[in-house]
Amino acid sequence: MELALLIDFGSTYTKVTAVDVESAEVIATARGLTTVETSILEGLEQALEGIKPHFAGALPEFQHRLACSSAAGGLRMVAIGLVKELTAEAARQAALGAGARVLGVFAHQLTAAEMEQIDAGCPDIILLAGGTDGGNRDTILHNARMLAAARCGSTIIVAGNKSAAEEVRDILVQAGKDVRVTANVLPELNKLNVEPARETIRRTFLEKIVEAKGLRRAERYIQGVLMPTPAAVLNAAKLLATGTGEEPGWGQLVIVDIGGATTDVHSLAEGYPTRSGVTFKGLPEPFAKRTVEGDLGMRVSALSLLETVGARKLAAIAGRPEEEVISYVHAVHDNVELLPANENQWKIDTAMARVAADLAMERHAGTLETAWTPMGAMYIQHGKDLTRVPYLIGTGGVIVNHPNPREILQGALYRQEQPTILRPQTPRMMLDKDYILAAVGLLAEVKPTAALRLAKKYIVEI
Amino acid sequence: MEEEKKQLTLVLGVIGADVHAVGNRILEYALTEAGFKVVNIGVMASQEEFINAALETDADAILVSSLYGHGEIDCRGLREKAIEAGIGNIKMYVGGNLVVGKQDWAEVEKKFLAMGFDRAYPPGTMPQQAIDDLLRDFGFTQKC
Repeated sequence: MELALLIDFGSTYTKVTAVDVESAEVIATARGLTTVETSILEGLEQALEGIKPHFAGALPEFQHRLACSSAAGGLRMVAIGLVKELTAEAARQAALGAGARVLGVFAHQLTAAEMEQIDAGCPDIILLAGGTDGGNRDTILHNARMLAAARCGSTIIVAGNKSAAEEVRDILVQAGKDVRVTANVLPELNKLNVEPARETIRRTFLEKIVEAKGLRRAERYIQGVLMPTPAAVLNAAKLLATGTGEEPGWGQLVIVDIGGATTDVHSLAEGYPTRSGVTFKGLPEPFAKRTVEGDLGMRVSALSLLETVGARKLAAIAGRPEEEVISYVHAVHDNVELLPANENQWKIDTAMARVAADLAMERHAGTLETAWTPMGAMYIQHGKDLTRVPYLIGTGGVIVNHPNPREILQGALYRQEQPTILRPQTPRMMLDKDYILAAVGLLAEVKPTAALRLAKKYIVEI
Repeated sequence: MEEEKKQLTLVLGVIGADVHAVGNRILEYALTEAGFKVVNIGVMASQEEFINAALETDADAILVSSLYGHGEIDCRGLREKAIEAGIGNIKMYVGGNLVVGKQDWAEVEKKFLAMGFDRAYPPGTMPQQAIDDLLRDFGFTQKC
């Protein structure tokens, strides 16, 4: 039997999934607390104890032992570009797509105050872009000189104007930084090229960050910590959308992942206009796009969710009095392991999740802007048109464990009263019922077709 | 163009709520054929898009088309925005059906030059004229 052990070192829990590769079956799942402060192995061993009963009390030989991690703050990055809507946005997209937590995005020439901000955040990796190939050189050179003096952030990935890249590298190398030069994230104005930067970020994560986050010790047990957890989810989404050489995928899809700290939306879609008479404007969108909403979460970010939505609106959706909603939100924020204990608390939890899905999708989806011209109304599209996307997949603790996950996912759908926000209109609603997306993304690295079959089997319609 | 000299980068677009795409394509083709690096931002381009594109690509000139008669309103303030963005010295050319009706061209041209454009072209101008002017303005003696 070919077995795979897939591990996700999360910020709170270490989750393990044991998979029979040939039959594409999940044999067992279990979790332990993430113990990154002491030794990462404690939590892992605790989780492994949980799956032992499924193997008659002793762990078998796993041919594949792979892990992803968002422990110890995840992969913390800063993205720097020239124009906010162009290279700075392209750099942000590259970092998000690599599964990073983006601490800040900076445009134009860095100031001393911005350098202080970067030093205070102390990112694991800085992604430095700016200028199209053959375009502006001054800004990226200025920014390299500023970064050379930075106290924090010794790992810098350069993905800017190729005509300045070598000079930028020399400046940073002389300052003792670890510098990796990769292809420009925006080589031409209308051409986004984030994949080489994403790949470089991932390699850097493997080489350096795993060590820094105290994950190296786990490598005695496993073959490698391959990527940040969000990158594993995006990897799974990509596989499920495009398929492999042996088996077709599902085509375009959107994933809503509601977590304790953030709500992520992944869209695997071209997002071209679906109506005639619509002009696309702005930076081209990556086929695999991830957005992260740091203010929308069920536990750690519960207070900021309440602040964003407002107690009155949240209470109206939950159908509970305002005071009760406010006190529940504070309670789950203060004790992140708290789960709803009665029907009323379930209602509030559901309302929180529904608004998180709603707002995260609203921010992820493209928009239509009406422009009045001598020829009548014309429409300008910014971002992706997701109205015709056929699959909407829900994942994340609250959705996976909810008695009626459909109620939450419906928050993400297109609404008649917001016709200019291009959310999915009538997708099939799917549930990642065994919480296996990250595991699928890991298995895809070694056995893509088995991983695809696993995803198709365990992501079910609701 | 002489080989040692840097290839000139031009930002090309149709400003405002104007959707005339054909002329824009023809200009892109003619200018590319003439040896320029053309950054075409297409139709319905805002002033900010022209400025941002010029900034990222370190462009030498901005070429603005307007064919629906609202050119005067759409182009006002473009030079000032370029100055704010730190590229105040960039060359700016404008052409098309810039105003409605049969207004005296000399008056129209004066208006656009006062707005900060280096050159303004009346309806019916051939691409070759702009190409010749570009080469002359950037000190290229040899025709391509």
